[in-house]
This record gives sequence, C-alpha cells and structure tokens, in this order.
Amino acid sequence: MKKDIILSGVGGQGILSIATVIGKAALKEGLYMKQAEVHGMSQRGGDVQSNLRISDKPIASDLIPSGKCDLIISLEPMESLRYLPWLSKDGWLVSNETPFVNIPNYPAKEAVIKEIGKLPHKVVLDVDKVAKELGSVRVANIVLLGATIPFLGIEYNLIQDSIREIFERKGEAIVELNLKALATGKEIAEGLI
Amino acid sequence: MSKQLLLGDEAIAQAAIDAGLSGVYAYPGTPSTEITEYIQQSRTATERSIHSRWSTNEKTAMEAALGMSFAGKRAMVCMKHVGMNVAADCFINSGMTGVKGGLIVVAADDPGMHSSQNEQDSRFYGDFALVPIFEPSNQQEAYDMAYSGFEFSEKYGEPVLMRIVTRLAHSRAGVESKPQQPQNKMTFSEDPRQFILLPGIARKRYKMLIAKQEELVKASEESPYNIYTDGPDKTLGIIACGIGYNYLMENYPDGCKHPVLKIGQYPLPKKQLERMIEACDEILVLEDGQPFVEQLMKGYLSQGIRIKGRLDGTLSRDGELNPDTVARALGKENRSVFAVPSLVEMRPPALCEGCGHRDMYTALTEVLRSEYPLHKVFSDIGCYTLGAGAPFNAIDSCVDMGASITMAKGAADAGLFPSVAVIGDSTFTHSGMTGLLDCVNENTNVIIVISDNETTAMTGGQDSAGTGKIEAICIGLGVDPTHIRMVVPLKKNYEEMKQIIHEEIKYQGVSVIIPRRECVQTLSRKKKSK
Repeated sequence: MKKDIILSGVGGQGILSIATVIGKAALKEGLYMKQAEVHGMSQRGGDVQSNLRISDKPIASDLIPSGKCDLIISLEPMESLRYLPWLSKDGWLVSNETPFVNIPNYPAKEAVIKEIGKLPHKVVLDVDKVAKELGSVRVANIVLLGATIPFLGIEYNLIQDSIREIFERKGEAIVELNLKALATGKEIAEGLI
Repeated sequence: MSKQLLLGDEAIAQAAIDAGLSGVYAYPGTPSTEITEYIQQSRTATERSIHSRWSTNEKTAMEAALGMSFAGKRAMVCMKHVGMNVAADCFINSGMTGVKGGLIVVAADDPGMHSSQNEQDSRFYGDFALVPIFEPSNQQEAYDMAYSGFEFSEKYGEPVLMRIVTRLAHSRAGVESKPQQPQNKMTFSEDPRQFILLPGIARKRYKMLIAKQEELVKASEESPYNIYTDGPDKTLGIIACGIGYNYLMENYPDGCKHPVLKIGQYPLPKKQLERMIEACDEILVLEDGQPFVEQLMKGYLSQGIRIKGRLDGTLSRDGELNPDTVARALGKENRSVFAVPSLVEMRPPALCEGCGHRDMYTALTEVLRSEYPLHKVFSDIGCYTLGAGAPFNAIDSCVDMGASITMAKGAADAGLFPSVAVIGDSTFTHSGMTGLLDCVNENTNVIIVISDNETTAMTGGQDSAGTGKIEAICIGLGVDPTHIRMVVPLKKNYEEMKQIIHEEIKYQGVSVIIPRRECVQTLSRKKKSK
C-alpha cells in the first residue's frame, strides 16, 4: 500500500487539520508516514501545501516526485491546479468549489472549474455550502475529507475513529457534527463518480 | 516504546528533554521555532524545571547556553541559519573555550529560501569553528543525534553543531523515544582558566582544538551516521549528506547500484572517502544547501577524480534539492503528466486583514508620497516586510535584523531626507536598540517607526522581549520624550497618525513613532481559548 497525497489551499484555511485526521488513522493501521508542512511566511494568506506520504514500507523522501501523486485534496479550486505536475496519470483530484479570493487578478471561477473539469479523475463540491447546511462552516474541511474516502486507501471506520479521538474533548455534539460532515462528503463523492 | 508523530524540530526537542537537558535558549526563526515551543509546552520539561523562555536574540541565547554549560549542565541553543550570524561571535569562541556540560547548537537552514533572506549553509560555520557537526537525514536520526549529542559534546569537550534543513524541521514522521536521563549536577571545569580567552590562554586552547581534529575525524569514521554501502556499478560513487540521502533512495527504491557514502557526521570521515575515491571512476555529491562537501572534495584546482554536484552544473547551484532534481543528476526523469494551466496566478503572502501594520503603512505612505517624493523607507525582518507588496509598495529595504534603523542613519548621514525606518517591536529589541543609540549620540535626523503588535508575529506569535517596555527603552537610550509618539493604528485615527508623522518629519533629530495595536492573530487565538 502506498498513497502519496498533496493537500493544498491558502494559508489560514486549515489544510493541516485534514492531514492530522488522515495521519492518525494511518498510524493506527501501523503504516509508515511522512508529512512535510509549510510554516512561516506563506501562512500569511499565501499558497500553502503539505506533502503527505503513507506506505506499508519505509518512506525515503519527504517530498513527492513529479507525476507520482495519487491524490490532490484542495480547499481552494485554483490552488488544486497549482500541483497538477505532481499528479499521476491515474491520480484523483478532490477540490472545494468556492474560490478564496485575496488577490486582485484571481481568474473567473467558471474558467477555474472548467480547467478542473478537463482532468480524467476529479471530484468538485462546494464544501462551504454543505458545511453551512450541516450547521457550521467550521466542518468544511471534514466534508472535503469525506469526499476523499473513495480514493484514500484507508478504512472508513479508521477515519471515523480518528475524528472521534481528535474532537472528543470538544463534546459529543461536535464529534457527531464532524462525523456527519464526513459521511455527507463521502456520499456526495460517491454520487459524482 | 510506541512511536510518536513528530516534526523534525519536535524530535530534537523531545530528545534533548530525554537526554537530561537543563535549558534551551533561542530566538524564534523559521524553521527552528518549533524546537523551543515544544519544550515550552512539554509537561516533563515543566516538571523538570527546564529553562525555555525566549531570549532577546541569538547572541544572548548562545551566550546563556554556554554559561549553562560552564556550570556543568546540558544546554541547547536553537536558531535559524541567519541567526548563526548574530550568534557567531560566541559560537566561534565556544570552540576555543570548549564546554563543560554538553552543548548542542541547532542551526536550521532554509535552502530554497521559503522564509528567509538567503540560503547560507551552517556547515561552513561548524568548519570555521572546528567543531563537530551532525546532519540528520530523518526525524528518527534527528532524535538519536540530539539524544547522544550531549554525551558526545561532553566526551570531546566541544560544542556540537546540529545542522538541519526546512524539509526535515517541518516534516512529521514516527519517532521512537529513549529512556529519560537525569540532569547533570552543577560542576565546573578542572581548569579554572578554560573559559578565559586572553591571548596567552587562547593560543594554547587553539592548539588543543587543532590537535582534537584528528580524534574528531576518527569519531566520524566510526560513526553510525557515516555509512558506506557498496554497489556493483563503480562508474559512479555517491556521497549523500543529510536529507540528500532520502532523495537518492527515493530514486532507487530497491537499493542503489552505485557505492553510496551516507554522511551524517563531520568532519568528513577520511577512510570512507578514500575507499570511494579508490573504487569509483567519478563521484556525485548530493547535499542540500551550498556545495560544502563538494568544494572540499574538489579543491580549488579540481585536480584528481572528477567530482560532480552543484559546482559543475550536474545540480543547480541554488535552491533546495528534491526527488526530481536528484533524479536528473542520476540520469533519470520523473515525468509530469499534467501541466499547470496558464490561468493559475501567483498568490504571495500578505498582511492579514485588520492588521495594524496595514494602517501604519497607509498613513505613512500617504504623507510621504504626497509631500516628500524623495523619501526612502528602510524596513526590517518581520510581518511588516510584506509592506513591500501591493497595495502598499511602501519599503525600499529589508536586509537583516535591526538594519532598518542603522541603514536609515547611514542614508541620513549621506544627506537623505526624510529617512524613515520601519521596525517591529521584537526586531527592535533583538537588534534595533543599539542602532537607535547611534542615532541618539549624533542626533541624526531620522524618523523611526516601531510598529508594535506586542508579539513576534511572523514566526507564529511568540513573546516579544520588549512588550510594555518600548517607550522606556527609547527614553533610556536618550530619545527626547517629546519625540516619542504613541498612536493606535486604526482607520479612525488616520488624521491623528498623519499629523504626528508630519510633525516628526519636520523635527530635526531622532523621532520615534510607536503605532501600537495587538496582532490580530494572537488576539483571535486568545479569544478562542477563552
């Protein structure tokens, strides 16, 4: 088993919280893991990414080679496209549909979505909208994570356990909300593929 | 023991705690910050009363750590690579004095300049100081090296430089811990003059340090971190330093066909290098950062065996290594299937919405642009360096910690008017205060804006050494109190801010303007935790 994942978004959106959930589940499964993060200057509203590598064999590089990434998970549609040179032929791209516009020259949203549409394997969903309907925009990340379940290669129940553990101290209601967000994301993705 | 998922930085911190650390000293700097933060948040460290409060700058940190070592206890000092320049005076001399308690100096280099002004390679400092260097290739090695590094430092009586890079510092992996050791008791050197570097003593200590080099080479030859692995194809031998080894192995998942020398400890192991030179036709050096090993191997005249690397164009001279660049150096290619569509735009970092620096720059540039077209603004290292970008385009320089004030002074000396400095509160106490004293002593005609957000913001909101003391420091250094002007940087105060800037530009002498409003990031974190 080997899964090379790139998480992308804009500094402050919280891509690392997705990585934390996946990482916890991977460790539970006894897998090797490496996760390269971006700290520092670009966290101030710049483009950010994290390379997450999971494998049943020891992992050499912290960074994923070009053309070898199995899955791009992006909280922002234009940012998902920035990492296409790393995506493998059979790799999947799972992205939020809502742009994060903090630059004056951000392209038209339709053009960005059209570009993603050209890829052979993709799932695009409006996680902000789904999260709002579920009751809190703060679960948008977990909705997105749910949408990656069909391609993640990690058992669904392990991801659920991981969420339970991470949100446990915030109370049962928060745990349930996040599990619902995960399930909703999963259902949407399954309906799209 | 079970594995913990740790950043490279955190692995070093955990190892130091487990190895009986008594104090960590540091000034925040990407990518080193998380080492000290981890110790500050560690329950074990608190229980063991391990010192972990931030220092004012890297020099004070290095000196305090040497002082703790002088008293026989184990100390660690952490900084980003450019912090080594600030700490260098003490660092180089710590090689001369040697240590009593184990001392590890962690320098976190930033090849590729993710969050830095240059990509200097700290191994040159280790070589310069003639002290041993450890360079881990992964998080577990980072742990192991730090854990045993204190004992090594005590055994050889020298500080140990631990050189890491961004990709190790900020990457997580499973790390296994070792048993906790007690802290050292306070003891002092048997030689009461060990730390007195008067010329007569320093000459002796220098000879001792030089004589130690042979032992250090021997230690490197026997080190578990310098491993020679033979391979059948001897047309090429590969020297892979630190994380360069990972990128090599990524390209040879089933083992490398060439002989490989993995380097993790310096001075370089002579025996293994000689073996490689004898066995192989050519040598490729893979090292993240500057061509330190390559240069040593090649020599100025490039005579002898052919050495390939960053100097002959096999690898790029600048930038960080990655699996793709290393693949190309090995005659392989990782091919992209998809390209970045042309509509994807750059998204540079920017000042946060609601940040006080924004209001400061808006008021400052309005006054300067409308009335003083010949002005220049010397800025410094921090979030406010982002004033270089749109919509402000407000600054003309960013060089090193504290340089805003002193460059503004030099330019004013040259006749520039108005000469303006913009510096943050933490950078001011780090290295700006001394420059302000220079200005005061000559009554230089400068306007110094200390944009105070009461934290060290760029690195994530660490305590700032001068919080609550900035005006007192300025008065103490001799600035006329009537020309120390406080203002709250908010839109509603623009007129007041502009008025103050006007008045202080007109004043012939040292003016200090302090726009003060808490960082929006630390403020929102405080609100959340309530």
